[in-house]
Amino acid sequence: MNFIEWIKQPWPWYVAGPLIGLTVPVLFILGNKSFGVSSSLRHICAACAPMNISFFKYDWKKEVWNLFFAGGILLGGMISAFFLSNPDPVLIDTRLATELAGYGVTNTEGLVPKDLFNWESLLSVKGLILMVGGGFLVGFGTRYAGGCTSGHAIMGISNLQLPSLIATCCFMIGGFFFANIILPLILKL
Amino acid sequence: MSTVIKTFKKTELNTDFEVRSQNSMCVNRSELDKPLLSNLKFTFAGILFGIILVKSEVISWFRIQEMFRLQSFHMYGVIGSAIVVGIISIFIIKRFKIRSIDGEPIHFEPKKFNKGQIYGGLLFGFGWALTGACPGPLFAQIGTGATVIIVTLFSAIIGTWVYGFLREKLPH
Repeated sequence: MNFIEWIKQPWPWYVAGPLIGLTVPVLFILGNKSFGVSSSLRHICAACAPMNISFFKYDWKKEVWNLFFAGGILLGGMISAFFLSNPDPVLIDTRLATELAGYGVTNTEGLVPKDLFNWESLLSVKGLILMVGGGFLVGFGTRYAGGCTSGHAIMGISNLQLPSLIATCCFMIGGFFFANIILPLILKL
Repeated sequence: MSTVIKTFKKTELNTDFEVRSQNSMCVNRSELDKPLLSNLKFTFAGILFGIILVKSEVISWFRIQEMFRLQSFHMYGVIGSAIVVGIISIFIIKRFKIRSIDGEPIHFEPKKFNKGQIYGGLLFGFGWALTGACPGPLFAQIGTGATVIIVTLFSAIIGTWVYGFLREKLPH
């Protein structure tokens, strides 16, 4: 098996996790930056529509590295899709596959379920809740919490910050509740 | 006149820092004024990070659902081992007083507790379960060709804006 074939397979957690963890010191060493992605959304607000809101009145140009980083993530996604994509179907847990099939979600190809996230369903109630409502909660919640999975769960806990541990526990509680109790109701729509 | 300008500049900088530090995620202590293109190194770091996110399937909606249903260890392994490597890295940086490539001492910002971490954390958890993505993966998903996620990202930006708009009225 050559290198490209090898790298195209899905990477196991013990390869990906440590590499993600290394992003923390890499950003510090490259320029004294704290790992975190959700701030980029705030900088976009500050750059495009500060509207005299004090939370967005700061010199976002000083934080522009974060937008370069976010742009890089997008490019990384493109590179993976064009050159490194896995030819085999993504394996998902059979219990999840059965549950999703019950809601008519049978296409488990790719990383984003095409049955739920597509332009046609954007105007349906289900699509609006998942894409527009879900996105809103991600943006509102991460900023209210002061960070997301990268800023709190990885960066914050790595720096042994109790507030980040509390935030991460709340991410998980919220996720467990919604995925198991609320999401099934939405998928039934 | 020049003194006036100087004082004005100073105050402006100070308020700016105060606003930035209201949110611990948003403090960049590097005082160096670097040219815009020097930020390309962060794009490169982002590309590598994006590739890792895609190849480990962390950006998969299905993997996130498995995580919240305790059907797979994968996400716990990824986040857990990332934290372990992060803890060790930060320990090494502090212990050996490692500096950035610009020679600056590396600064760690402590995070202050406020109730937002609970309320906001829960709300983000709800959104994470629906979209199967946190902010980083949203960018990566768009990159892989899931163009409709542009709508989700736009909605997340609106959500951030609405938070900024309501901030004074929300419990913290």
